[in-house]
Amino acid sequence: MKFPIYLDYQATTPVDPEVLKSMLPYFSDVFGNAASRNHEFGWTAESAVELARKQIAKLIGASEREIIFTSGATESNNLAIAGVAEMYQEKGKHLITTSIEHKAVLDTCHSLEKKGFEITFLPVNHYGQVDPEAVRRAMTPQTVLVSTIWANNEIGTLNPIHEIAQLCKEKNVLFHTDAVQAAGKVPIQVESMGIDLLSITAHKIYGPKGVGALYVRRKNPRVRLSPFIHGGGHERGMRSGTLNVPGIVGFGKAAELAQKLMSEETVRIKKLRDQLWNGIQSQLDEVYLNGHPIERLPNNLNVSFAYVEGESLMMGMKELAVSSGSACTSASLEPSYVLKGIGVGDDLAHTSIRFGLGRFTTQEEIDFALQKVVETVKKLRDLSPLYEMHKEGIDLKSVSWAAH
Amino acid sequence: MSYTKKVIDHYENPRNVGSLNKNASNVGTGLVGAPECGDVMKLQIEIDSETQMIRDAKFKTFGCGSAIASSSLATEWIKGKTIDQALEIRNTDIVQELSLPPIKIHCSVLAEDAIKAAISDYLKKNEAKTA
Repeated sequence: MKFPIYLDYQATTPVDPEVLKSMLPYFSDVFGNAASRNHEFGWTAESAVELARKQIAKLIGASEREIIFTSGATESNNLAIAGVAEMYQEKGKHLITTSIEHKAVLDTCHSLEKKGFEITFLPVNHYGQVDPEAVRRAMTPQTVLVSTIWANNEIGTLNPIHEIAQLCKEKNVLFHTDAVQAAGKVPIQVESMGIDLLSITAHKIYGPKGVGALYVRRKNPRVRLSPFIHGGGHERGMRSGTLNVPGIVGFGKAAELAQKLMSEETVRIKKLRDQLWNGIQSQLDEVYLNGHPIERLPNNLNVSFAYVEGESLMMGMKELAVSSGSACTSASLEPSYVLKGIGVGDDLAHTSIRFGLGRFTTQEEIDFALQKVVETVKKLRDLSPLYEMHKEGIDLKSVSWAAH
Repeated sequence: MSYTKKVIDHYENPRNVGSLNKNASNVGTGLVGAPECGDVMKLQIEIDSETQMIRDAKFKTFGCGSAIASSSLATEWIKGKTIDQALEIRNTDIVQELSLPPIKIHCSVLAEDAIKAAISDYLKKNEAKTA
């Protein structure tokens, strides 16, 4: 076993060796600009890009002509939301999203607010799901776009995307989803599900960093976007800039592998994830699952270990690379807004750990991780005045704490 | 966040972990911080009533590595000191000793508060006698 054990697959994934192999020629021998129409170098690069476009389109049930390459999902989310808002502002200036979106969505919406757009940030239930009925109620004749995350990056909860997409179709409102975490984990069919825009990125599916894509529907309806990167008119004019050919080739290969491996990978990883959670529950008291117990990513586990602060927990299990919703791990000193959004109190948010499993996670690693987590939590609870008070039967909510 | 050696040492081998009998008249208990803020320290002192010397000190802390280290260090420093000497400890001394980064200074403030809270609890309990 190699240490530290990587259990942060929602943050990023390593490039699959097969993906890396597919990319290498495009850094050296096949270095052409995909936009060079007049020689062999350009043609080879272009055909490699077109193959990747097909591979990615296939993963999400789209046509290859609907794939726009970007620098990553942050750009895809920005382009989808700001691009639609600007393009359709004559029709209306109202957008709907949820309170627990990725910052790439939330901050884009906040910047639109400053430009005079009206944004509704819908609350989610305690699992992290938005109610389609709430989306319906929030719609006005001015609504041009609904954007909801498919699978939340922190808690792994899956939204009822199909229902929301159908509802948007009915109301003639465009629907965008940030599917960064969902891609390669759950089946995606943009065409039949009625999704108009969808963001994905390579590095969450064992591809390289710095390359993403935005699916933009071409018919029923044909979605138009106002671009914010201007130049040579690449990508149907929606995103200018010379294409990152090696990155795109790797992204395509990664998408192909994801599709091929999804069903067996899901079963294997989910089994390991469940083992970890069952082990934690059986060996520790006062542990709480954050997110939905069933409708969640197969590779995500987010747990609050009451009375043990997340950063000190991670410090005690330095053999494991995980992440925490504790304030101490963020620059802002605020605990996770996603956990807050699903009603987890700040006290429990500080004690949360996210375990992200992936393609290269082994049984041996999960066995080790479980033992390490249990041992560290027990050690820190021996050190915790809160656990002691809890054991003495003191209701911590009744204590008047001095907030600082 | 990377930690200094001293913080790691206190985190891995915390000094004086535990609890004293909070009902004893010669024990002062300080409980500072809040679970919502991500750190709570309980620091207890046992005083020799003759000499006003801190005979024993124990702590338990819910918080990050720096919070644990700050309170562990605080118990180490106050043991054997008189109440007056213990009151002279400043959070900046803890910051310096543990080389805490700016974002962790509040941990040292909390440790100083915990010492003061424990002493004030002891003094309150023994007001009649000291007055």
